[in-house]
Amino acid sequence: MSSAQASPATPIAGNRKLPSLPQATLTKWLRDMHLIREFEVRCMQSYQEKKIGGFCHVYIGQEAVAVGCTQAVRPEDPIVTAYRDHGHALARGMTSRACMAEMYGKVGGCAKGKGGSMHMFDRPNNLYGGHGIVGAQTPLGTGLAFATKYEDEVVHGGKNRRVTLCFLGDGAVNQGAFYEAMNLAGLFDIPVIFIVENNGYSMGTAIHRGTTMSHDLCIKGRAHGLKEATIDGMDVVAVYNEMHALAEWCRANSRPAIVDMKCYRYKGHSMSDPRKYRTREEEERHESNDPIGKFERVLLDHGVVDDAAIKSIMASCREEVRDSIQFSNESPEPPLSDLYTDVFVEPWGPFTGSSQPEFTGGAANVCSFRATDGKEGLV
Amino acid sequence: MTAVMSNPVFREPETLAGPVREIEFRDAIREAMSEEMRRDKRVFLLGEEVAQYDGAYKVSKGMLAEFGERRIIDTPISESGFAGMAIGAASMGLRPIVEFMSWSFSLVAADPILNNAPKMLYMSGGQLGCPIVFRGNDGAGGQLGSTHSWCVEGLYSNVPGVKIVIPSCPADAKGLMKTAIRDDDPVFFLESERMLGNKGHVPEGEYLIPFGHAAVRRKGKDVTLCSWGRPVNFCLEAAEILAKEGIDVEVIDLRTIRPLDLPTVVRSVKKTNCAVVVDQSWSFASPGGELAALIHRHCFDDLDNFVHRVHTDDVPTPYSSKLEQEYLPNVRKICEAVRAATYRA
Repeated sequence: MSSAQASPATPIAGNRKLPSLPQATLTKWLRDMHLIREFEVRCMQSYQEKKIGGFCHVYIGQEAVAVGCTQAVRPEDPIVTAYRDHGHALARGMTSRACMAEMYGKVGGCAKGKGGSMHMFDRPNNLYGGHGIVGAQTPLGTGLAFATKYEDEVVHGGKNRRVTLCFLGDGAVNQGAFYEAMNLAGLFDIPVIFIVENNGYSMGTAIHRGTTMSHDLCIKGRAHGLKEATIDGMDVVAVYNEMHALAEWCRANSRPAIVDMKCYRYKGHSMSDPRKYRTREEEERHESNDPIGKFERVLLDHGVVDDAAIKSIMASCREEVRDSIQFSNESPEPPLSDLYTDVFVEPWGPFTGSSQPEFTGGAANVCSFRATDGKEGLV
Repeated sequence: MTAVMSNPVFREPETLAGPVREIEFRDAIREAMSEEMRRDKRVFLLGEEVAQYDGAYKVSKGMLAEFGERRIIDTPISESGFAGMAIGAASMGLRPIVEFMSWSFSLVAADPILNNAPKMLYMSGGQLGCPIVFRGNDGAGGQLGSTHSWCVEGLYSNVPGVKIVIPSCPADAKGLMKTAIRDDDPVFFLESERMLGNKGHVPEGEYLIPFGHAAVRRKGKDVTLCSWGRPVNFCLEAAEILAKEGIDVEVIDLRTIRPLDLPTVVRSVKKTNCAVVVDQSWSFASPGGELAALIHRHCFDDLDNFVHRVHTDDVPTPYSSKLEQEYLPNVRKICEAVRAATYRA
């Protein structure tokens, strides 16, 4: 490949020491990872049963990234991601029911069935999507972080307290929006971390076939003055340790960072991908480096869990996902009236409804137009 | 994220008592932004050259001095980036005003402004809104050539979830801008570089003009002439000429095309039995075409002729002043259309 590999790759950050956190916290990480995997396996089944429609991108293999990253920051720190988003939603605290029902297109879904697999939103848990256009979430992520800083410093007159995590795939590093987002973040001292989940493939295109200097994606941030980290995304302990340190640095210094998060996607890009662009041997090599099995061994070695506890965790995850599927099957289809809601906060602007203008003779007519369920202009 | 309403005065500017001054279109927009920024700390302005340069067209002149660099923010030439950044900030509850030096430049930000801003509320099932104003110059007329002369309403009015405001005079520009900033939905505010220096009467007191409320600029009984933005001024000029020929023209300024005040148009057409639509975007799949279709539908039995339409010609915008003047929906073309529609051609 023509990409010059003159500069050596940034070394993979290697703090794999189990942090001294409460046993319950470490056990929760394991459970979150198991939950995501179980959830995604059942998603694939539901997709094959045609219960889930459209595009569906599963997260199997990358569980350590979402779990390690979200655990490394505070619940009030915003996060935003692309379309492979179920794992981030669950790791952030969305219920399995809300996540699964969204994919089933039912009213019990996080967006009442209006978003779908690629558009998971959870405002109470500070998850700002779920965005479908590759790289589009990177300026948005910069904007979330801009808002946290502006709110703290301008509106409340205090000091910046939050850091934003903006996830993207390695395919997104070739979108222009990403470079604009990094430039703005660098320019305006915006505390956002661009976490490139580098699973080696943008759809079916191996990274070296689409990206220059692909051995080290941190290079992409260097021109914008971003702090860099390359992290083993197949090890939740390394992800947590490195991300925690990085997030606290960004928070304290109000500066952006880029992470080359080395990981692997076990399944296809989406449900329709037969993975003919790579070998079974390659997949097996990565599967033997499984983040869940690895973390289980660490926890067993440290006496945090025993075999029985792991079995019980897995059983509870199976039960939770089974329940989410039952919930999704039973959750009603959205009423047709839902088609017309949530298009506008207020179709006619801030001065209608209860504050209907009194000056104009046209007001009554305007009201009758409003009564047509948002179908503008039709009587 | 609903703005706190402090008893807004909500009136047509001409009905307001108190002193009236004559100020430029650009001053009116600046006053609206400044007043809203004084009222709400969450409002801020960003865009190319808005701060230290005082605005490429001096709309934001002096605002940096009053509000400081944290709220009047110079961005790099990076429309996709800063439009997306502002949308992200709006989804957190801030109320950004994004200046596009020209709406023509918004095309490189099409993904954020069309995919993120107007769809966030829907895709999130009502969880996240996007209270943001995008504003800038729209339309041809300044010999800027093909790429800098876009009338983006032809493209963007097709998208559900956006409000599109196109003022025709300074008083409206101020009242509509204040409403746009307080609106909880994304608003595309289309100004005209050709009109920024136009002077007009603007009341000193605070007022806000609602969306979806057309103004009847001139009363008449023979034909209803509908337009918005800069061509409204052409329509008023044409109406004077046509009056001398004995054609009594009613001129309606729609002010916003999304939402669209159809009732005012329908009431007028039911009176005049004749309608002409003037729209400075290209004719095919245009807002003017949409309005004509709506008039046909709602006034089918009242019309003495089909709805005539005047647009810019269906070619890229030429540079030559002579060609460009011919290309626009100019006074001559409007007069011709009105004569044809009223069988006086």
